[in-house]
Amino acid sequence: MANPTATATTHDASASQHHPPHLKHYFVSSEQQFDAAKLGMWLFLITEILLFSGMFVAYTVYRVWYPEVFTIGATELNPWLGGLNTLVLLGSSLTVALAIHAAQTDKRRTLVRYLVITVLLAGVFMVVKYFEYTHKFHLGIFPGAAFSYAEMSQPYVPIFFSIYFVMTGIHGVHVLIGMGVLSWLAWRAHKGHFGSEYYTPVELTGLYWHLVDIIWIFLFPLLYLI
Amino acid sequence: MNDTFWLPESASTMSPEIDSLFYFVTWASIILFVGVVAATIYLAVRYRRQDEVHVPQPVEPNTIVEISWIILPTILVLIIFNWGFKLFIDQSVSPPDAYEIQVRGSMWNWEFEYPNGTVTVGELHVPVDRPVRLNMSSVDVLHSFFVPEFRVKQDVLPDRYSSVWFEATRTDTFHVFCTEYCGQGHSEMLSSLVTHSQGDFEEWLASAGTDEDMPLPELGQQLYEQRGCAACHSIDGTAGIGPTLQGLYGETETLADGSTVEVDEDFLRESILEPGATIVEGYQNVMPAAYGNLSERELSGLIAYIEQLQ
Amino acid sequence: MAEAKHQKPKAAPAGDEGHSDHGDHGDYITHDTSIKSWLLSVDHKRIGIMYGITTALAFLVAGVFALLVRAELFMPGETIMTADTYNQMFSLHGIIMVFGFIIPAIPGFLGNFLLPIQLGAKDVAFPRLNLTSYYFYLIGVILIVVAMVVGSVDTGWTFYTPYSARTGPAVLFLTMAVFIAGFASIFTGLNFIVTIHKMRAPGLTWNRLPLFVWSIYATSIVQVLATPVLGITVLLLFLERLMGIGIFDPALGGDPILFQHFFWFYSHPAVYIMILPGFGIISELIGTFSRQRIFGYTAIALSSVAIAMLGFLVWGHHMFVSGQSAISSIIFSLITYLIGIPSGIKIFNWIATMYKGSVSFKTPMLYALSFLVLFTIGGVTGIMVGVLAVDIHLHDTYYVVGHFHYVMMGGTVIALLGGLHYWWPKITGRMYNERLAQIAAGLIFVGFNLTFFSQLVLGTRGMPRRYYDYIDEYTFLHQLSTVGSWVLGMGLFLVLGYMLVSMFRGEKASANPWHAATLEWTHTGRRPSPHNFHRTPLVTHGPYDYYLAGEVFGDGVGNGSPVGDTAPSEEARSH
Repeated sequence: MANPTATATTHDASASQHHPPHLKHYFVSSEQQFDAAKLGMWLFLITEILLFSGMFVAYTVYRVWYPEVFTIGATELNPWLGGLNTLVLLGSSLTVALAIHAAQTDKRRTLVRYLVITVLLAGVFMVVKYFEYTHKFHLGIFPGAAFSYAEMSQPYVPIFFSIYFVMTGIHGVHVLIGMGVLSWLAWRAHKGHFGSEYYTPVELTGLYWHLVDIIWIFLFPLLYLI
Repeated sequence: MNDTFWLPESASTMSPEIDSLFYFVTWASIILFVGVVAATIYLAVRYRRQDEVHVPQPVEPNTIVEISWIILPTILVLIIFNWGFKLFIDQSVSPPDAYEIQVRGSMWNWEFEYPNGTVTVGELHVPVDRPVRLNMSSVDVLHSFFVPEFRVKQDVLPDRYSSVWFEATRTDTFHVFCTEYCGQGHSEMLSSLVTHSQGDFEEWLASAGTDEDMPLPELGQQLYEQRGCAACHSIDGTAGIGPTLQGLYGETETLADGSTVEVDEDFLRESILEPGATIVEGYQNVMPAAYGNLSERELSGLIAYIEQLQ
Repeated sequence: MAEAKHQKPKAAPAGDEGHSDHGDHGDYITHDTSIKSWLLSVDHKRIGIMYGITTALAFLVAGVFALLVRAELFMPGETIMTADTYNQMFSLHGIIMVFGFIIPAIPGFLGNFLLPIQLGAKDVAFPRLNLTSYYFYLIGVILIVVAMVVGSVDTGWTFYTPYSARTGPAVLFLTMAVFIAGFASIFTGLNFIVTIHKMRAPGLTWNRLPLFVWSIYATSIVQVLATPVLGITVLLLFLERLMGIGIFDPALGGDPILFQHFFWFYSHPAVYIMILPGFGIISELIGTFSRQRIFGYTAIALSSVAIAMLGFLVWGHHMFVSGQSAISSIIFSLITYLIGIPSGIKIFNWIATMYKGSVSFKTPMLYALSFLVLFTIGGVTGIMVGVLAVDIHLHDTYYVVGHFHYVMMGGTVIALLGGLHYWWPKITGRMYNERLAQIAAGLIFVGFNLTFFSQLVLGTRGMPRRYYDYIDEYTFLHQLSTVGSWVLGMGLFLVLGYMLVSMFRGEKASANPWHAATLEWTHTGRRPSPHNFHRTPLVTHGPYDYYLAGEVFGDGVGNGSPVGDTAPSEEARSH
């Protein structure tokens, strides 16, 4: 895997002549730094998938055990709002991809614009989520023991909503974290930190954001539609 | 099989077979272990460092040696697996004609119900030379039913049934342990297991549960021992998780809310049936509500027993 | 510093001059001694040491709990504490030992300190993430302490539902603690995988990696893949306890067995997070103190990875009596045997490494030899509890307690102690008292066996674990075990004592007191400089090619012409 001579030469070259500001001293070259960051991000995404897969397993087990409960529970979820949110997130995935492209082609203003649009779309998603949640709380649909929705008194219905709240809740936390990171990137992009030479944070956040999107694409049909 | 260094004397039809497997693995392990230790000592001493600057020539890798010590252990463990697997199937499938007893685990008691409706607590009676199947469930948390001499164990789950079977081979009294951690009284969740010959068992079953002849305080004492009261309430005045029963009757106790109450029959009765209703100052509300199924006579027995402990 | 150097004129290998001790800013400790420079350091060595100190404190606390638990069991009935206190004590012993000590100890301490140096890198790939990892771990430990103050953590380290959903509120703090410490574990693993892939020095090919690096690599894979599942499990348990979401509570329609599946899906691989780094240390020790190339290097390296992978498929062997289906038990049992084989291969290879070597009996090697003995017992007792029919009898008895202590303590802790003694001169720049160290190693070996062999016998005789009280026939074996724990404790406190003395008064060590051949010994000074190397080292031989490591023995050539032997082997050179 390693190419000894090549690496050694790069090191000498970079140490003596050119040392870009973004290059950390413990890396030999920008390529090495970028490769490391990218591999790290992919590993992180794997841990995220495993985190959610635990919940998907729980979902599957209870769906098999209590299929009727899942059918009843899903009627309380509004597929139109869920569908709207799906479109919003898909759109934000597109804008984040365009942002990466803008960074690669040194278009600073475009980069900032797409990052801001992505944050705004994520905001729309969260607002819709907020209305969905408050509507349920209003009806007495709470996770766990506090469940008090009279029209769904069948046994074990609370389990469906526990799973719903836990899965969408953790997903929502990921959206919020993504919004924070994207806003920070937009600010840095505004300051001109990124360009075709260095856009690692934008690309990696983009990867993260696609994952958040993909997870929602699984959550939506599983919870709202079937 | 007699009582040995490793295992308690076996007392069920399955145990000799399990023991043979146990000893097979043990002896294989001992041979392997002795081999490992001997090789380690021999090589370490034979090639001990004699010259501080000496650097020996590297030993060439030997593929045949390496492959052989991959293959040989694999064969050995597959033999062990196969043997264990076959026995496991025998253990899992109970004979169809087994005598069935219902078992309920609760914090921290074992309750046994026989086909004729007799219920015993903390004492399981079974006939020898006949397969017995226990259908078990728990009323609260996980428990596990374990009789070392029978080599059987099975977790007991709330809202679910699990089962275990055995066929006892000799008449004796054994211990039943709970082996799934279940809180404060986990290690006191014992029961005795009494094996009878067929005839004796029928006889015992016919007369069991009818303790009407027993004087009340004696019945109370028996219940005190069987139902695990001793885990929390001493009878010699030492403070435990709950108040001691010695001299309790007739005392005036301060309750958690500051009021006082005199300990009389009614108070004792309420405290047994609804432990959470009143809490004496300085104690936690931890007594299980599992005693609601005591009969009137049993309650009277317990109260009579407590009155006696002055 | 320099005087140690003069005795050995160290010719620089292959165009590299890696010694840092004539650097301008001193070594990694002396270049800046303010408290802040430690607490906010992103230097992998300092983070390693902070991990080392914190895990050592955790080990001390949990060890004292263990001694108290053993003291209580000296007699049946109440000896020194109530049932409630006892239950909290063994729970905390387990929780702190597992999450506070043994999982982070070797990767966090020795892994952080050594891995970048052994790779010839200046630091790990993500130094700030590394510091974050340490603080996440620290928060986890602090939450465990908070839970101790809040009281009534009496679930055992396994948190089985529904008991854990009902017992005291401290469960909330503990699940949070485990959740947060889990992040620390993930970050460390992720960091190490990237570092190993991307930061190796020129010439350091995969088959020249020290086996310690290989084992940390395998460990990191497990950390990254298994820990998220633990995260979601304890998060669900947290919500279960907080709001009663019902996923694991049968009273609400949930399934306690599902909790066990989730829990062991992490916690069985976690066993390999604990033991694999120990394997790595033992490989280094046996190589260096036998001055012989590790027999079956490839087999040992790949068996670590095999164990890491197979480790994900055996969790169900913790549940043979839980009520899972018989067919699952059978499959899990079969895979359990397959995983025993790579461990066996390692033992055989280590023993074979001594063949035609030059075996020294310095303290680290004494620990390595103890490891071979103790881990073999841990392994064969593991085969025993993997036997379906026999495990029915042994499950949840002291046999299991004895078995996993033989693996965890006889394996991991003994390896860690060996590693601590081995790398002590590199970390502190000082030597310890060899005589006392050998006595301590002896006490630990004897005390350990007394403590835990008695427990194996207790277990086969039917003594269930987590028992506060026991029937009289077990008294003698319990007393033997308790006395053993005192001997073991004495040995460990002796280690603590002479190590503290050594830190301030110890004789100054040379840069390579053991004549080892890996980069941390050959290319750094008495203590490494802040950035490890002034120039990236160029690696020209394998980690155990002592006869090629000219820089170790000062022949000035760097390859070939071994000291004390005549001709270098032609085959070995073609590595």
